[in-house]
Amino acid sequence: MNTNGTNGNNGNNGDIRIGFYICHCGHNIAALVDCPAVAQYADKLPGVVVSRDYKYMCSDPGQELIQQDIREHKLNRVVVASCSPLLHEHTFRDAVAAGGLNPFFFQMVNIREHDSWVHTDPAEATAKAKSLAHAAIRRVRFHKALEMTRVPIHPDVLVVGGGITGIHAAITLANAGKKVFLVEREPSIGGHMAKFDKTFPTLDCAACILTPKMSAVRSHPNITLWTYSEVVKVEGYVGNYVVTVKRKPRYVNEELCVGCQECIKACIFKEPKFPDEFNVGLSKRKPVYIPFPQAVPQVVVIDPERCIQVKTGKCKKTCLEACADRQAIDFTQKEQRVEIKVGNIIMATGFKLFDAKRIPQYGYGLYPNVVTSLELERLVTSSGPTGGEIILRDGRHPKSVGFILCVGSRDMKTNRWCSRTCCMHSMKLAQLVREHTHADVTVFYLDIRAPGKGCEEFYDKSLKEGIQFVRGRVAEVTDWALAREEEGKLVIRVEDTLAGFVRRIPVDMIVLAVGMEPQADAQEVRRMFNMSCGTEGWFLEKHPKLAPVSTFTDGVFIAGCCQGPKDIPDSIAQAGAAAAEALALIDKGYIEQEPNTAFIVEEDCSGCKSCVPLCPFTAITFDATKQKAQINAALCKGCGTCVAACPSGSIKQNLFDDEEIFSEIEGVLAHA
Amino acid sequence: MKYSYFPGCSLKGLGRAYEESLLPVMKHLGVELVELEDWNCCGATAYMSVDEAKAGVLAARNLAIAEKTGPQDLLTPCSACYLVLNKTKHNIADFPEIKDTVHHALGVANLTYTGATNVRHPLDVLVHDVGLDVIKEKVVRPLKGLKVAPYYGCQLVRPYATFDDAWNPTTMDRLLATLGAEVVHYPLKTKCCGGSLTGTVPEAGLRLTYILLKEAVRRGADVIATICPLCQFNLDAYHDQIDRHWGPTRIATVYFTQLMGLAFGLSPKQLGLKRNFVPMKELPAQSATV
Amino acid sequence: MRDTHWQPRIVAFFCNWCTYTAADLAGVSRLKYAPNVRVIRLMCSGRVDPQFVLDALARGADGVLIGGCHPGDCHYVDGNYKTLRRFQLLKRLLADMGVEQVRLRLEWISASEGERVKSVINEMVEQVRALGPLNLPGRFADWDREMTELEANIRTGEEQSARKEPEAAHA
Repeated sequence: MNTNGTNGNNGNNGDIRIGFYICHCGHNIAALVDCPAVAQYADKLPGVVVSRDYKYMCSDPGQELIQQDIREHKLNRVVVASCSPLLHEHTFRDAVAAGGLNPFFFQMVNIREHDSWVHTDPAEATAKAKSLAHAAIRRVRFHKALEMTRVPIHPDVLVVGGGITGIHAAITLANAGKKVFLVEREPSIGGHMAKFDKTFPTLDCAACILTPKMSAVRSHPNITLWTYSEVVKVEGYVGNYVVTVKRKPRYVNEELCVGCQECIKACIFKEPKFPDEFNVGLSKRKPVYIPFPQAVPQVVVIDPERCIQVKTGKCKKTCLEACADRQAIDFTQKEQRVEIKVGNIIMATGFKLFDAKRIPQYGYGLYPNVVTSLELERLVTSSGPTGGEIILRDGRHPKSVGFILCVGSRDMKTNRWCSRTCCMHSMKLAQLVREHTHADVTVFYLDIRAPGKGCEEFYDKSLKEGIQFVRGRVAEVTDWALAREEEGKLVIRVEDTLAGFVRRIPVDMIVLAVGMEPQADAQEVRRMFNMSCGTEGWFLEKHPKLAPVSTFTDGVFIAGCCQGPKDIPDSIAQAGAAAAEALALIDKGYIEQEPNTAFIVEEDCSGCKSCVPLCPFTAITFDATKQKAQINAALCKGCGTCVAACPSGSIKQNLFDDEEIFSEIEGVLAHA
Repeated sequence: MKYSYFPGCSLKGLGRAYEESLLPVMKHLGVELVELEDWNCCGATAYMSVDEAKAGVLAARNLAIAEKTGPQDLLTPCSACYLVLNKTKHNIADFPEIKDTVHHALGVANLTYTGATNVRHPLDVLVHDVGLDVIKEKVVRPLKGLKVAPYYGCQLVRPYATFDDAWNPTTMDRLLATLGAEVVHYPLKTKCCGGSLTGTVPEAGLRLTYILLKEAVRRGADVIATICPLCQFNLDAYHDQIDRHWGPTRIATVYFTQLMGLAFGLSPKQLGLKRNFVPMKELPAQSATV
Repeated sequence: MRDTHWQPRIVAFFCNWCTYTAADLAGVSRLKYAPNVRVIRLMCSGRVDPQFVLDALARGADGVLIGGCHPGDCHYVDGNYKTLRRFQLLKRLLADMGVEQVRLRLEWISASEGERVKSVINEMVEQVRALGPLNLPGRFADWDREMTELEANIRTGEEQSARKEPEAAHA
């Protein structure tokens, strides 16, 4: 109801003219909330000039309705009751702006995620909608005209993690002309993919498709590659991150080493003695080593835990002699901390595999011929520890192999989730085992999951090649025999649920399809980058459907398996997506931030300094001459902590000021 | 260290060798056991399958008596008693109907149950309360050269034991190693012995017993160590039948407390070893002192 | 006097990044919980001024729920620690005023804990329901009425005694 004449669209004083809109959202809201009744209720509230209900407010016609009303009814405030502001506040603010009204004269009411979707009684849901609408209608009259603030974006990007995901993101950004820092904590990039033999479903050689990308990283002028390095500190905010990287000492000068490996030959350890990480412990290496033949950078690394010179200082240093002409070995190298400035960060830190020892029934670590899928990958690879021969620990070739799927996955006792790739990679390995050894292969599965192009056909191929599939969760792997043919073999005891009885199946070798898990330090890492993790421990995306590579922290993106289990094509897709998101920010040059910053009303400030130490972004300083506190709006992130703390009430906050909140409190309690 | 002691029916009957070896071993270690006054049968798994509430009353009576005697834990050597008493505690805590029945019935006998008493197994108490260091000190005749297969059976470790893994426990393995014995790798250590099926459905029950025996023999064990009187009985008493149906598998099965007694230098006669159907082989020649 | 039609009314202040998002997740997951809570969205639980809590109770709320990020996870680093400090003081203040502890609750709920939003709300609503309405506006009105009556009585008394002795005797 309006009283006096209108005072223009951006009028603060004078007459408030509110347009109220309640969305049906199809049936999502209307099925429970009586939308017309809420619209009628709102119509009677002071200040409301127009009150409508409509099926889809976020659609074009819905938005046009608002714009039309702004013009025709000279609205200077708009309230929309629909879904969560986290979803569409932006949409409606843009719509209001397009209608000629400052977008911050808008308030949104959440009656879907917080009402129609979570309650069951229509009367109660409608009453709640009315009360929330009332609150917004009271609040919105205190809104002021504001402008989005702009923060410049530094053009450089940091990519954390040098697996296939990080590599692809880095190359994409570098090709777009941006400077990229690629930080990887192992001595070489390549990640898990470098350990695979072939990739499903095409059976492409993994190294053949990966190494060109690794070379591209090495030779790209826009990529600064720092391997054997880790991020230790992240400060700043979107567009303006200051990151400290710890560069661990290799004791080898990267510029001088050419990868000839004479030092490895000359090492005083005549025979390799220590478990080789790249071959997952299946072979040994010396303290000076190169992770694998195609390592990038093609530079040797010295293990400080195993090298006698590093540990005791008393070694003949035959390696130094061997490198006499290049002098690349340098035992005086120390850890370095380097600070870089970047505008965006892409997290591509990948996954770790489930520790099969946690399921002792499967005998991993107990029976030597029980191996994990990754160990089998190394056996199958021609450049692996056995030259591509699949052999048992005693050197014989297996005549029968069993694959146990879902080890650690889809399990209430270990990990609830499905690791998504194991069915496919197990079938791939099964086909390779058949090819290499002609052994009998049986796959023990719960369900076969083969989405993706060519994958169901790959399953058919597996069946055609004579691989047996038994449906049932394996209960136990045992070494005690009941019949002659079981002697000397490992026996899989399983209920064959399709056949309907318990079976004992003797095999020579067992392969455990261990699931994917978040990295061991995922919690520490996500705190460092100001991200959240989901309940399962994967980095949390901003929205599971609409924003899978963004996080709640602007400027930090996630891609690949660190966001959740996935295969190589999906990892690359996410890497490209994250790179695109970063590029969008960089090319625009600035990001617009919500102007919900705090500011001090000088004449009310008593100079008590209570606020100064409260700000984690050091946005508040004290002017000694004026004896007043000051807030730097560029640094203020809008948390409101100082606003709540100020004893004289002289700190105000745009969009979340005391008047606005008190009016909301009044509003929610006004209606029963 | 003081514990209340609930022998259960088997330790006074067929399993008396268990008690005969347990009591001197505990005394030797300075652990005081006070047998529960007027204890009654726990009902074992049989009654539990018929009526959980009434079976709960029977078992809870023992717990109530234990509570009256003091705050100390209740030592329960028989695996079935151990399972039933623990299950009763859980049932009373989780199911109000059972709780009501138990409280009412006990009330008639002027007994109260609060659940304060913990039910413990001697294996747990010996290794975790007394400690392997103390036990090692008492070993005067290390069981050097004796290959032992540690057999836990199923009722101790599933589902109520919190002191060890349900599928691959190691408490007894460590204890036997402390006694100087060579512990044989025995992955069947928690596989069912057949339980009462050896009497009711022998073709199923004895088959399970056979598998345990033959694997112990195949892996070179000289003797099987058990912690449950029914397991000991099943593994010891049916060799003739098993020989006839499946094949020869002679190997002695003793209680782990008997092995402890031998290692402590107590006399074999004192430990009830003569009660075995299949006698234990002579201990290999060994040094007299630690 | 218990009104059987009375439903508890709880005002909630949820921080945008964690608890509000968790409540959205509860919605997306179609979890069902009691409809007695009205959420007011703030950017950080550190924005919660104790006056908001007192104002809500004074205006008739039967309880106040504050939701923020777990310690260490605050989007703004340490806003939630300030909330915790204020909450401790508020609890004591309310206890001294005779307001039951259960009516003010602080919960750390992270963005992925939709289930907790449901369980916390359901639990709090039941606890407050068991206590009955706080009804501060009603009590304020009662006290005001008492005061007005008292004032009226005093005035009447004064007038009566003034009429009995029209001119005050000085002797």
